[in-house]
Amino acid sequence: MSVTDYTPTIDTGGPAQPLLTVNHLRKYFPVRGGILGRTQAQVQAVDGVSFAVAKGETLGIVGESGCGKSTTAKLLIGLTEKDAGEIIFDGHALGERLSLKDLRRSVQMVFQDSYATLNPRMTILASVAFGARVQGLEDPEGLARKMMDRVGLDPNRFAHRYPHELSGGQRQRVNIARALAMSPRLVVLDEAVSALDKSVEAQVLNLLSDLRAEFGLTYIFISHDLNVVRYISDRILVMYLGEVVEIAPVDSIWQEQAHPYTRSLFSAMPSMDPDNRTQTPPLAGDPPNPIDPPKGCRFHTRCRFASDVCKAKTPSLAGLARNQAHQVACHLYDSTSGHPQAGQGIPA
Amino acid sequence: MKLLDISNLSVKFSGKRTVHAINNVSLSMEQGETLALLGESGSGKSVTLKALLGLLPPKRTQIDGQVHVNGTDVLGLKGKALQKYRGGEVSMVFQEPALALDPVYTVGHQIAESVMRHKGIDKANAMATALDMLDRVRIPSANRRLHNYPHELSGGMRQRVMIALALACKPKLLLADEPTTALDATVQIQILLLLRELQKEFGMGVIFVTHDIGVAVEISERVAVMYAGQIAEEGTTREIIRDPRHPYTQGLLAANLHDVARGARLNAIPGAPPALESKPDSCAFAPRCPVAMPECRAALPPVFEPGPRRRVACLRANEPIAAE
Amino acid sequence: MALSETPVEIAAEPAPVASPQGYWSGVGARLLRDPLTMICLGVVALLILSAVFAPWLGLADPYKGSMIARLKPIGTEGHILGTDEQGRDMLARLIYGGRLTLFIGLTPVVLAFFIGGALGVVAGYVGGFVNTIIMRTVDVFFAFPSVLLAIAISGALGAGIVNSLVSLTIVFIPPITRVAEAVTSGVRALDYIDAARATGANALTVIRVHVIGNVLSPIFVYATSLTSVCMILAAGLSFLGIGVRPPEPEWGLMLNTLRSAIYVNPWLSALPGVMIFITSLCLNLLSDGLRSAMNVRD
Repeated sequence: MSVTDYTPTIDTGGPAQPLLTVNHLRKYFPVRGGILGRTQAQVQAVDGVSFAVAKGETLGIVGESGCGKSTTAKLLIGLTEKDAGEIIFDGHALGERLSLKDLRRSVQMVFQDSYATLNPRMTILASVAFGARVQGLEDPEGLARKMMDRVGLDPNRFAHRYPHELSGGQRQRVNIARALAMSPRLVVLDEAVSALDKSVEAQVLNLLSDLRAEFGLTYIFISHDLNVVRYISDRILVMYLGEVVEIAPVDSIWQEQAHPYTRSLFSAMPSMDPDNRTQTPPLAGDPPNPIDPPKGCRFHTRCRFASDVCKAKTPSLAGLARNQAHQVACHLYDSTSGHPQAGQGIPA
Repeated sequence: MKLLDISNLSVKFSGKRTVHAINNVSLSMEQGETLALLGESGSGKSVTLKALLGLLPPKRTQIDGQVHVNGTDVLGLKGKALQKYRGGEVSMVFQEPALALDPVYTVGHQIAESVMRHKGIDKANAMATALDMLDRVRIPSANRRLHNYPHELSGGMRQRVMIALALACKPKLLLADEPTTALDATVQIQILLLLRELQKEFGMGVIFVTHDIGVAVEISERVAVMYAGQIAEEGTTREIIRDPRHPYTQGLLAANLHDVARGARLNAIPGAPPALESKPDSCAFAPRCPVAMPECRAALPPVFEPGPRRRVACLRANEPIAAE
Repeated sequence: MALSETPVEIAAEPAPVASPQGYWSGVGARLLRDPLTMICLGVVALLILSAVFAPWLGLADPYKGSMIARLKPIGTEGHILGTDEQGRDMLARLIYGGRLTLFIGLTPVVLAFFIGGALGVVAGYVGGFVNTIIMRTVDVFFAFPSVLLAIAISGALGAGIVNSLVSLTIVFIPPITRVAEAVTSGVRALDYIDAARATGANALTVIRVHVIGNVLSPIFVYATSLTSVCMILAAGLSFLGIGVRPPEPEWGLMLNTLRSAIYVNPWLSALPGVMIFITSLCLNLLSDGLRSAMNVRD
């Protein structure tokens, strides 16, 4: 694959305009029950999520199950229909100047389960060429062969094989080739390396870095593995129960996690030090059910620093005093919030 | 008496395809030790656990070697004796508690049932034991939880119940098959710390199967690294982390990305593990090994023993630093 | 740019085992290795061929009776399988009877396969309101036992071959729809459908390329298993006198008319039943064989 075969859509806004902007994205899933199948409750999967991804940047999204990170990914490429909010790709709002089909030409996704995402009855070549064919690109099969070659799968050996004849690492390469065959500008990687064995994971991460540099890609990298996210991302976004609690450049957040939840999440990482093992768990219990999330700050039920204001008022994202690019949604950092330790941050 | 003594265990599955899942594994544990079996998918770590519980399907499996737990010859157990051994002497915690717990009985009932069967006590006493066990796995308001069904509990809570069930009959050896893999990070660390405390409390031995080296560090005193159905390296956790001698262990540690510079090229182990259609007759890791020599492909590697209870199956293990 | 690195990493991975070949040639190869299924296929093919080419086989006239040669036993000179209650040659009538019986037995399933399959795939893929309408309608038909439903519809439409076909088709649409819907909604939930939608493909393309291929074989296998039931039902309708009318040779009808001779010549009376039994058994085994042959994995 040479760069000339890669034909992404034209950059309209220049480097200063974010490639993707998401404003107040919301998705509630109804929980139906009873004989009439009436909506009895709503899973607040994604609630008021806003962020922007700059061109060429990699944004990592972390959080635990039920935090809404995978739903966010599916909303971004319209696999799940959003209830409210705006998705703006390179200056064009989805549904206004940008159709879903055009968006999907420029935004592609790689899923976690490398086997389930491939049609078991289609050859690798047919799977990789499918998207290019749908989008009406020239010579989809030739494109597919080149892209297979680029991700390290010899087309002469693999083109006519079926997914079950490949190893997990090879299948994930196929998925990456399929996404890239349409020359997207943004690739959403939803736990794309999580199911792989550690040794294979490193190979795929190397490949992803190479492709990013070669084709000038922008990534949204969703993972539960903080080490992997740190390695590949420029900025990290932390979600909890459908909301963004913190978003910051990697170095800044690695140095100091502002939100109490982020801090717990980081302390829950294995220590990797046999002489200094973790002694107390940072949090007790499981994350609450997103069907009926706590009022106010959603983390207040598990937060050591929670006060009355946290139960009543939802904090909004704001930049830290030491670094405006490091944003956190916590009353501890807002001097006007009315929290007893308002404006002081997490006590040392 | 040793808690566990496996000598020259080999397991071969035959069917449409032959798989030599375990090849001449020898392993021993003292009473009350915690050992992590570390390896990737297909390394034979789960099959080893199944062999320990006598869970391998006899029809398609050919087992050679000896397995002794507390002096009992496990491979010779049959019928009643095997049932008594499973759940009594040795018990297991599974990866998916949602699948391992019976959905139609309350958790209290399930624990009590197991206690009644193994200890032969009456229902009331068994329920009291069940309550005590739920307390011990730090389930809040255990009295109420006793009457919950598995689906009414969260994932972390279910795994605690699973542990309570496994420990109810005070086994000498607890087998844990990736019990925290399906859990969230903040819940995983709770379960790991709980298992560590319970291990001290009950004084039992624990074999903890995992693919995550970080988890192994948190839980175990000793680590055995498995590759292609063999033990590549064994030692204390400290030795494995600080002084890995096998190139595979070194690769696994590097792949953890714990202290890799951001964006730097990763030193990935190339390729994928072998399919094990035939029994390895040379070093199984050689095709992927960055420091392999022609000798590695000629014969099985010798086992070096740099220290007491420490071994490395690599030709170059005695060189000062094998990695480049 | 370390372009050379990736192929090296891949090189050490084990080569995939299977050889490149098409899906259907794989199915064919697996079928050939299954002797029982091949035997059943042979029997069914023989029955169909003999029915189709009956006029050229040099058989006796199946309509011409003889008052003096009634109910001759099996093995009679000139009538290898004997004669029926009107003295007509049994061999000829059984083979000619296969034409109608197989036609009525197979056509409704083929029709129902297309209609029910389409309904089920649409219901399963689109879901929501469309699914509710289609599946609740299907449920109404399910409330009646299939035999009763076939009799009721045939009874209402009146006797005759076409009406039998219509009623049997209606009987088999609901079960096929239900199976198709279940399989399709299962496939619909899989990630590769999401992946296909994410390329920008519209619903029709996704159904055509990704859904049909994966739901076809289970629906097809299920439909094959219905052919035996359909044949028995069709024979049943004729037996009750609301299907094929005399003097047409048809196995169910023959079974009915020979019923009175059961004490005179039981072996002879059983012959049409034996044919129904053999055919439905072979069709059932054939569908089992197909099921395992169409399994892509292993």
